[in-house]
Amino acid sequence: MEIDPFIFRLSIFILSIFIGYYVVWSVTPSLHTPLMSVTNAISSVIIVGAIIAGLAGNFNNDFTISNILGFLAISLAAVNIFGGFLVTQRMLQMYKKKKKDR
Amino acid sequence: MSANLSAIFYLISGVLFILALRGLSSPETSRQGNFFGILGMTIAITVTFLSIGNFSSGLTYVLIFLLIGGLVGAFIAYKIPMTAMPELVAGFHSLVGLSAVLVAVSAFLNPEVFNLGSPGSIKLASLIEMSIGAAVGAITFSGSIIAFLKLQGIMSGSPITFRGQHLLNALLLISIVALTYLLCATQSSNFFWTLLVVSFLIGFLLIIPIGGADMPVVISMLNSYSGWAAAGIGFTLENSALIITGALVGSSGAILSYIMCKGMNRSFFNVILGGFGASEQSSSSSDKEHRPVKSGNAEDAAFLMKNASSVIIVPGYGMAVAQAQHALREMVDTLKKNDIKVTYAIHPVAGRMPGHMNVLLAEANVPYDEVFELEEINNDFANADVAFVIGANDVTNPAAKNDPQSPIYGMPVLDVEKCKSVLFVKRSLSPGYAGIDNDLFYKENTLMLFADAKKMTEAITKNL
Repeated sequence: MEIDPFIFRLSIFILSIFIGYYVVWSVTPSLHTPLMSVTNAISSVIIVGAIIAGLAGNFNNDFTISNILGFLAISLAAVNIFGGFLVTQRMLQMYKKKKKDR
Repeated sequence: MSANLSAIFYLISGVLFILALRGLSSPETSRQGNFFGILGMTIAITVTFLSIGNFSSGLTYVLIFLLIGGLVGAFIAYKIPMTAMPELVAGFHSLVGLSAVLVAVSAFLNPEVFNLGSPGSIKLASLIEMSIGAAVGAITFSGSIIAFLKLQGIMSGSPITFRGQHLLNALLLISIVALTYLLCATQSSNFFWTLLVVSFLIGFLLIIPIGGADMPVVISMLNSYSGWAAAGIGFTLENSALIITGALVGSSGAILSYIMCKGMNRSFFNVILGGFGASEQSSSSSDKEHRPVKSGNAEDAAFLMKNASSVIIVPGYGMAVAQAQHALREMVDTLKKNDIKVTYAIHPVAGRMPGHMNVLLAEANVPYDEVFELEEINNDFANADVAFVIGANDVTNPAAKNDPQSPIYGMPVLDVEKCKSVLFVKRSLSPGYAGIDNDLFYKENTLMLFADAKKMTEAITKNL
């Protein structure tokens, strides 16, 4: 009997939860705010689905309902992607070590 | 681009996202980590365009919307003050939630594009995955909106409770399961729309009973939800990048919620059921009015600190409200010039989100190796001369250690009272968020500095 591809996706999912568990525990507490903003940015990879929806279907009509929903989702996710990564960058740039001369 | 090839690229971007989180294990590697994250995202988006291969006029619109969103995001990222980080993160969560809902609805209306069957006969597994993604996305959206409004102060931070609240929430949650079942059995779109409405309602009802200072838990929890929503959509789209990311974000948010709950010695359910800080005021309010308090001014504080050899600073939410972090850094610079050793002590739940205080101090150019977590620094209070508490209250309350009647009993607190003297910058004697009095205010070695945190620190600096 063949294994349903769903099972493979489920395996990826479960293993990723475990990876996430160990990786996140190793994040230093002082970087918990950047952690939240970067997880925010990467979870917007949902834009992949939005792009598929936005480009879906027929060549004569670019504005079916599901296209429009896709466009909206694209702009929302894009706010998050750019906003999330850039604000994380801005925060991380502020974390500095003590100057050597002290 | 073939489906197999794009699947491999999605896997690569999933791995890059893991490395992005891994980078945050230390500030040195964190910037590289963020770069990996950006790279992963770029790969995922590019591969999606290539694998669809539809370069018709629709593409123009997609790029236009991408650009609009990107510009708005970039603008916000550069403009936002660091003190508003909790609101920003809550707002961003709501966007993830809403885009998950939109993608799910789009897939429901036009399943052929996503290879899920045709309208009216969508594959059973896809339908379940879609419902989960849409429901969790909707809960994330409305919950985050409420969290945002509370953090922004548009909505009162005090918990809103009513009779039968928990029963109502439980019934609504059960109805989600029932609706999903009916949707799968009948494929009728009415059930899908009802499911969405009920989910929006749950998100709203779930967050309104939770008070302002429990926001660190709420934000982490919504962070987790946004991950599970993404994972649900990932299953629908059979996309490994989304599944991996969803799982990472989901567990990240869950761990942060756990850390925050532990920092308050409360169970997750206790926080979720809400209402904390609304009712408990009876125990100590009767005898507090006539206890003597020593209050001082900036000169007294400057005198005390000038004669100290080590000072520990305990910042809290009040510092963020007063935007006092820069003034504080200047004060510390002056202290250091006088060869006084200064360190910072951060309680896990100080502020309105995990790591809130650390970011503010970093913004004010405080080197991160002078900033310590509770466990690292708690023993040092006994050897320090002055503890300078600025805008914190409950996290220093000794009642958590010695009063079993206190609502915060058992919560880990900073042992501020062990210092030779304690300086408390506070606007008034009012109790903290938990609605309980702090014995520390009446201790012999405590000097209260009643003023706005920023003005007081500036005044102290002048007097040093």
